[in-house]
Amino acid sequence: MNLFSANKNSYRMPPILFVFITLFVALIMVIPLLYLLLRITQLSLDDLLVLVSNRAFQTLTRSLVLMICVTTLSSMIAIPLAWITARTYLPFRKIWIILVMLPLVIPSYVGAYLFLSVFGPTGLFQKGLEVLFEVQRLPDIRGLFGATIVLSLLSYPYLFITLRGAISGLDISMEESSRILGHNSFWTFIKVTLPQLRFPFVSGALLISLYTLSDFGAVSIFNYNTFSWTIYQQYNSLVDRSMSALFSIIFVLLAFLIVLIEFKTRGFQKYYRIGSGISRKPKPISLGFWKFPVYLFLFVVIGFSLILPISMLFVWLFKGMYFGDSIVFSWSPIFNSIFVSVLSALLIVFFSFATSIILVRYSLTGNRFFESISYLGFVLPGVVVAISVVYFAANYIGIFYQTTLVLILAYVILFFPVALGAIRSVLLQINPSLEDAAHGMSHNYFSVLFRINVPLMKPGLIMGFAMVFLLVMKELPVTLILGPLGFKTLATEVWSFSSEAFFASAAVPALIIILICSLPMLVIIIWDKRIGD
Amino acid sequence: MLIKKFSGDVLKLLIYKSYPFLFLVSLSLFLLIACSGRPTQKTPVSTENKESTTTSVESKDSGVLVIYSGRKESLVGPIIEQFKDATGIDVKVKYGKTGEIAATILEEGDKSPADVFFAQDPGGLGAIANADMLKILPDSILGKVPSWAVSGESLWVGISGRARAVVYNTENVDPADLPDTLEGFTDPKWKGRIGWPPTNGSFQAMVTAMRVKWGEEKTREWLKGIQANEPIVYPKNTPTVAAAGAGEIDVGFVNHYYLYRFLASEGDEFGARNHYLEGDGPGSLVLVAGAGILKTGKNQDNAERFLSFMLSKVAQQYFAGQTYEYPVVEGVKVSRILVPIDEVTKVEIDMADLEDLKGTQVLLRDLGLIN
Repeated sequence: MNLFSANKNSYRMPPILFVFITLFVALIMVIPLLYLLLRITQLSLDDLLVLVSNRAFQTLTRSLVLMICVTTLSSMIAIPLAWITARTYLPFRKIWIILVMLPLVIPSYVGAYLFLSVFGPTGLFQKGLEVLFEVQRLPDIRGLFGATIVLSLLSYPYLFITLRGAISGLDISMEESSRILGHNSFWTFIKVTLPQLRFPFVSGALLISLYTLSDFGAVSIFNYNTFSWTIYQQYNSLVDRSMSALFSIIFVLLAFLIVLIEFKTRGFQKYYRIGSGISRKPKPISLGFWKFPVYLFLFVVIGFSLILPISMLFVWLFKGMYFGDSIVFSWSPIFNSIFVSVLSALLIVFFSFATSIILVRYSLTGNRFFESISYLGFVLPGVVVAISVVYFAANYIGIFYQTTLVLILAYVILFFPVALGAIRSVLLQINPSLEDAAHGMSHNYFSVLFRINVPLMKPGLIMGFAMVFLLVMKELPVTLILGPLGFKTLATEVWSFSSEAFFASAAVPALIIILICSLPMLVIIIWDKRIGD
Repeated sequence: MLIKKFSGDVLKLLIYKSYPFLFLVSLSLFLLIACSGRPTQKTPVSTENKESTTTSVESKDSGVLVIYSGRKESLVGPIIEQFKDATGIDVKVKYGKTGEIAATILEEGDKSPADVFFAQDPGGLGAIANADMLKILPDSILGKVPSWAVSGESLWVGISGRARAVVYNTENVDPADLPDTLEGFTDPKWKGRIGWPPTNGSFQAMVTAMRVKWGEEKTREWLKGIQANEPIVYPKNTPTVAAAGAGEIDVGFVNHYYLYRFLASEGDEFGARNHYLEGDGPGSLVLVAGAGILKTGKNQDNAERFLSFMLSKVAQQYFAGQTYEYPVVEGVKVSRILVPIDEVTKVEIDMADLEDLKGTQVLLRDLGLIN
């Protein structure tokens, strides 16, 4: 068998190239874990006792409570949104889809700061109420309440994206059977549609949970002490690095635990259609008198998650211009941002495609282990991943240290599970007998992949690409620590200016991020017929 | 027709039979692009020439001076550019948060590409100094600044000063009612009116100064006293100042210069001003941002030139005029809108004493102020 396993008769053997890729991804995924274990061995037994302290337990509890609240609230936003945009008759549907995905690009510390400057005790909203009703002060939304709202508004697109893709890919005949058997559309949705969406729901909800656990921007601004914020504090207040490592290990365990729960709930059903039948688009449902609440819902979600931050950024910009604050702008961060985002999105999508084939089509020993380990980078706070890559790259592959290559590999560690989730869920909807048939017609392995899998998986591949692109665009800690010397991206510019209160100069790159992220999505969504209508 | 079909078949064959090959090509292409790295960093030929001519005369170093900066580009970028122009030395800067950059240097160890570490506060420099990674600075540099702004072992030097201040809301507070010392804020009349950022490095440096000046017990009592007044907790200085401006809090403990950024971007109607505490208390502390040279750096001479430049009149004038900080060198005029440093009474304390953050963090953690 040669390297690419093109032998027709042995296509049941996994293609060696893909196995290599999977092993490679697993290898770089364990880097943070190895680093943390290395640091922990330097601790004394007394230090280890900190973990079982009351305070550590309370912080962990707070993290988990926030995680549950955010996942619940964002599901309540994402599920109806996904169904509305996939199934109902909605004018300008493509525009709505882009708008509800865009909050993903707003960095949480910017979103939280802007939200608080409007809805804080003496924010803009209070100023308005003061003029109208002489309200002196609003109740403080800091803490669990505010953090839940902001994080839900910024992270529901993870679930929206996976769910919407799955809903458009569903086989409509199941629902039609249910209607024929006398269920109305509501019960059909509950009893037939929802169960089929279990896998995309669980993988989207998992991303939100892990994102919430690792966020530090919003929780620091809302003064809600979580585990990840503790770790950021430890790195930034220069205490012993081993202690930060000790706390990070808890994250690793937590990640394994959550993935385990996911395995249990996911089940092992098949999600593809068996037998003959015609796969076709469902007829869009006319909203009728539901039109008003649906539009209200859309406007509220988009208003709070997108229009509010964008208009506040314009307020920053115009205020600065009006008062003659200098506005610093340069082009290189735009090119750098696009360059690393495109390159890493391509690479991550390619890696995820290869590993999803391995995970779904071949039951190899180690698949489970790989899946658990693949979430590690996403759940660990960015700074931990960055520091662990610094340690390995600087000491063992010095010539690549502080090159774009290492930076992009670090992005793979961070964002791989996002693309994997999107791509694997579309692969699960493809009946493997299609591939078998193509093999039977004596196509070689890669020919089958490109003629059957790639076209059928296109929505997932595109969504995976789009999500990674957006995430890399706004990524901060890893870009700061691992970027080449003098490397600036739009995200680092936003941070550099906003943290020193150069608000007008910070607004420009922040708005450019939103603009850049919406343009390619517009093109993709208009071009891809399957996503639109 | 036949030719067309034939060429089509060849094309198909090429495409379908050569996927493995295409994979390899695109992968290696990717690696190539990625490795070539730094897509938009231009290294102008002219600078290189200039460098080689100037360095051959003035310095043994030939490489690029690498600065790890815990201070933002928005603050120090312009003056580093001036250094480049004035000396012809090529400089590359990594910007980040002081704590994370310190952690990066510690992980890099001997392999660190950094020549200079430019930090936001003495605590960050202390972490690297304690790891024995900074070299002893020559007297030609140390001699430029007063001894309070230098590390005890001559391992780093202060570059610019920032005063601790109380930012207050001009609508709700009459400046005459503001206490002259930190102790005054434990009075119950400040209940629900205070804001502070306990996780912030400068705030922790102030608490360190309290421990040095007042001792452990009194510091703890003061912190407890403020806690009893139920302060609002902010993640750092900027939101604290913003909150004072919006009237969310009446007073906040911050560094002085953030206010001037708000005045620049929101105009004079911004609703907060600074109040400087008096006397010999830790509330009237002036902290320094400083820099040190790494032992492992390959550009020791250029690194020294960089520190000298940062302590020159030009650079000190820049900090005083553009970032609203206090110069550490004698005889530099401060910005007109700044209160002169003599009026911001400086407490007698050596920056070197503020290097040790650990005790402060133990105290703050004990009181539940940080995690």
